[in-house]
Amino acid sequence: MSEITPDLVRHLAGLARILVSDEEVEQFTKQLSLIADSVAHVSKAIDADTPSTSHPIAMANVFREDVVEPSLSQAEALSGAPDSAEGRFKVNAILDEE
Amino acid sequence: MTDLIRKSASELAELISKGEVSSVEVTRAHLDRSAAVDGAVHSYLYQNPEASLIAAAEVDRARAAGEITSPLAGVPIAVKDNLTTTDAPTTSGSKILQGWVPPYDATVVKKLRAAGMPILGKTNLDEFAMGSSTEFSAYGPSKNPWDLTRIPGGSGGGSSSVVSSFQAPLAIGSDTGGSIRFPGAVTGTVGTKPTYGAVSRYGLIALASSLDQIGPVARNVLDTAMLQDVIAGHDPHDSTSLPESLGSMTAAALKQDVKGMRIGVIKQLSGEGFQPGVAARFKESLNLLAAAGAEIVEVDCPSFEYAIAAYYLILPAEASSNLAKFDSVRFGMRVEPNENATIERVMAATREAGFGPEVKRRIILGTYALSSGSYDKFYGAALKVRTLIQRDFDAAFAKADVLVSPTAPTTAFKFGDKIDDPLAMYLNDIATIPANLAGIPGMSVPNGLADEDGLPVGIQLLAPAREDARLYQVGGWLEKAHEEIWGKRMIDFAPELEVK
Repeated sequence: MSEITPDLVRHLAGLARILVSDEEVEQFTKQLSLIADSVAHVSKAIDADTPSTSHPIAMANVFREDVVEPSLSQAEALSGAPDSAEGRFKVNAILDEE
Repeated sequence: MTDLIRKSASELAELISKGEVSSVEVTRAHLDRSAAVDGAVHSYLYQNPEASLIAAAEVDRARAAGEITSPLAGVPIAVKDNLTTTDAPTTSGSKILQGWVPPYDATVVKKLRAAGMPILGKTNLDEFAMGSSTEFSAYGPSKNPWDLTRIPGGSGGGSSSVVSSFQAPLAIGSDTGGSIRFPGAVTGTVGTKPTYGAVSRYGLIALASSLDQIGPVARNVLDTAMLQDVIAGHDPHDSTSLPESLGSMTAAALKQDVKGMRIGVIKQLSGEGFQPGVAARFKESLNLLAAAGAEIVEVDCPSFEYAIAAYYLILPAEASSNLAKFDSVRFGMRVEPNENATIERVMAATREAGFGPEVKRRIILGTYALSSGSYDKFYGAALKVRTLIQRDFDAAFAKADVLVSPTAPTTAFKFGDKIDDPLAMYLNDIATIPANLAGIPGMSVPNGLADEDGLPVGIQLLAPAREDARLYQVGGWLEKAHEEIWGKRMIDFAPELEVK
């Protein structure tokens, strides 16, 4: 059986910076338990000597000439930002007042 | 203009190059078609008819001046809404990006513009390409033109329905676990996932970077090949882009020859347990191939049993990392839960409001698969299974030039059938996922209609990495063989849509 509990779902959602409602926690706990159980058998297919593949077509040391090309202007880079000021992305305070 | 919209891209290109019809006329015919049917089909998330016509007029001028010589010059195209476009909002089917107009074009979009292909609009998809039905699009599902109560496949259901409802002769898709091939199968159209790295991913909003590949969508094999030739090629902006050319897919599609080829049937994907009509049509195609002089061999891929499990660990893990960029800072939505909320609370509130249920589910699953207590057991093990699947393919391709399977276990299912059951939804991809895990090319070609429901069935072709041309060679032959048997193109069996 899976070890996915409502508290774990809340913890994982917090790590992923997603607020979740109690309803979502309940639903995700059920669904993620099923999914986790159904994928758990991957560890049976392998042994310690099986190498890992992280990319399907292995390529190493991909370089290109360091040529200066036109790039986004500051205004273009900021064009999609919800808020900006003085040519920078503007965000809320990182620390609260407590 | 109905005759224009039913023509293939290669036919349209020829008419345009001979001066018998202009790009403006072809583009307008397709825009008119959308005005008449897209209210019912909902392929598009965004269209700007005036801008498409201006682009087409510019192509007509540039072609007349000899500035554009691409084989598809003047032929309009639809683009999946997870590719960035500077002149159209790009949402990836998510509320979190509603209204976002990117400051740069994807490399593929740049190539289309350079080839003189006017863009008709941006097509619908499951949010961030997570899904098999478009039911997870934040903007409502696209419908299957064969039966509007059924799904058009996903994630690229906008692109599959746009070509199968004759709103566009061509479309761009992206395929992470089958998102080009499954929609192709259930709409009676053709779609290819090229070899990983054959087409630049620069400007594709990433789902799972080691699995994603952009590819062509069309109504026949030759058009699909011509489009792959336009969008393929090395791109210094994508470090996983293949440095070498894979040759001409168009030339391969015209060969239409299978004599002496070794066609491998994957024991684990031979149709057993699939819908009867899907399995029956698959067996018939094997007989056709054998009768034409191909050698049918069986290959064993025992690790495929673990492919879905590995995929649903690797994909969420990569997605949870890729989607971290939607943080309310640089683009997209920002939700302030209350006055003076800290940035962390703003991020969490934004992502709660901006992401749909499947996206949240997969981000949380990915975060779990990567967490310290479960990394080895889940993500680490999945990466090892990936090696085993590659080895299975290596062994299979030692015995066969091309592998075949049904593209999907069933024909198009009804809306709502699987939306609350993630595991059932994931099983649609059982035949398509292994190619993404191994980086090899795959194509879905129409393979007749299922007797029990009259809906289209697809056959999947797989080739070794960089051997995409083999898919087009065999696919072109199969398509011709089916047209001879059925008397017309598969798409011509689709019922006429009611025109508004």
